[in-house]
Amino acid sequence: MSITLITFYLFSAVLLLSSLMVISTKNPVHSVLFLILAFLNAAGIFVILHAEFLAMILIIVYVGAVAVLFLFVVMMLDFKTSLEKDNILQYMPIGLLIGLVFIAELVIVLINTRLDLSNIQILSNPLDKFIGQSNTEAIGSILYTNYVLYFQLSGVILLVAMIGSIVLTLRDREGVKRQIVSEQVDRKGKIELIDVKSGEGVDI
Amino acid sequence: MNMLQSNLFELITIIFYCILIFIPLLLGVILALYADRKIWAAVQKRRGPNVVGPFGLFQVPADGLKFIFKEIILPDSADKIVFLIAPIITLALSIAAWAVIPVQSGIVLANINVGILYIFAISSLGVYGILMAGWASNSKYPFFGALRSAAQMVSYEVSIGFVIVTVLMCVGSLNLSEIVVAQKNMWFFIPLFPMFVVFFISALAETNRPPFDLPEAESELVAGYQTEYSGMPFVLFLFGEYINILLMCAMTTILFLGGWLPPVDVYPLNAIPGFVWFILKVTIVFYMFAMVKAFVPRYRYDQLMRLGWKVFLPLSLLAVVLTSSILFFFKLAPGMS
Repeated sequence: MSITLITFYLFSAVLLLSSLMVISTKNPVHSVLFLILAFLNAAGIFVILHAEFLAMILIIVYVGAVAVLFLFVVMMLDFKTSLEKDNILQYMPIGLLIGLVFIAELVIVLINTRLDLSNIQILSNPLDKFIGQSNTEAIGSILYTNYVLYFQLSGVILLVAMIGSIVLTLRDREGVKRQIVSEQVDRKGKIELIDVKSGEGVDI
Repeated sequence: MNMLQSNLFELITIIFYCILIFIPLLLGVILALYADRKIWAAVQKRRGPNVVGPFGLFQVPADGLKFIFKEIILPDSADKIVFLIAPIITLALSIAAWAVIPVQSGIVLANINVGILYIFAISSLGVYGILMAGWASNSKYPFFGALRSAAQMVSYEVSIGFVIVTVLMCVGSLNLSEIVVAQKNMWFFIPLFPMFVVFFISALAETNRPPFDLPEAESELVAGYQTEYSGMPFVLFLFGEYINILLMCAMTTILFLGGWLPPVDVYPLNAIPGFVWFILKVTIVFYMFAMVKAFVPRYRYDQLMRLGWKVFLPLSLLAVVLTSSILFFFKLAPGMS
């Protein structure tokens, strides 16, 4: 057993356990915290696969930004009143459906690509022309050449989503006093700076 | 069996290196705490700590001992496990980031390719210690402090990210050692001076230092997320905070002040070992941190948010576009000439 294998089993075990805890703990805040733990362990597995760029992006985007907002919202909800009412079995059918769809997709992918799981190095570095490059360079040189259109398109979609949510929540309220810094800095005549000589004072 | 032995040996070396990082760091934090109080006192014409030990140098260890022997008070309505995990996470994350900091050419625990992304990721995780502490205390002031702090850190991370991008475009690598080596001819704070300023101020906000110490604004929130903490967990928070501050000083040094490189590459200067230069530069940046604490009044929360989103974000975004255009049109980008 090499250290890599031990760490892999450690990460996967914690990953599976924490994802189980996400759906089984009563307290929603604990759920989100376990979700974060699951993300971190997934990032660890990426590192073992030599996909360190993906691992770091996973942590920065999902753990550092998305999950923080999750936690924000969940912390501010008054969840204590809605804890006991929910029945777990109520969500069983839809959960099973989603699970089946996932399994079906995974099976289709595995059948079509005929992956050789014994050779993990090739799996993590499948394109010959990128061998020897760091995977930041490899991802960049593919993303900004072959897939530049899709990349830009996804950026535009995100921009539309952002503008949409801003438009939906933006309201002009009456009677709100705003601080306009440029006006404050600009005002002249109302403010005067006086050099006061020591011991003499000044008349105002 | 032989393989197991070599693995075990590898593990022991790594643990040894970790201790080698941790002990100077601990010493650095003690000195930083002392220097912080001394500089603050000097600006206000006070003496600062001067009773315990020579020049009051033992004040910080004495305070630490006092905290260790104090009782750990667990609030009755707190979420006890999360309450105790929060300070541990804060400290552990702040130490973990130091694994990739190169103090001298070749002297670094983990010389990984995505070093700067690693630090960015770890420091973005720092929010969780504070959020967990604020929520688990189950009390109003800590909760508000935590919410403020999280919003503040997330906001300023955005501009820090863009500043890092501008530096990376000049280097062409995410490796911290290569970032330092790329500054051999000119330290980046000269061509990228506005970004240096933005990074410095964002670093203040990111570490919750004055003038952006709103999470701990004592006139409004008692002590923010630390209100319910006492004894050892409080010390863990304090140490985590100061290790983070030192980390930000080290990051400023590496990104803009040429890391371990001497100011000019001539004989008496380049004979001094690199880590001395590194520590010297970190000290200078920390001195700036301490001076800011002493003479800038605290920001209001809306001013803080305005600065982050309406000033720094457009400015750093503009800098990214400008830098990349200049690098592209004058063929200065790494790998283009």
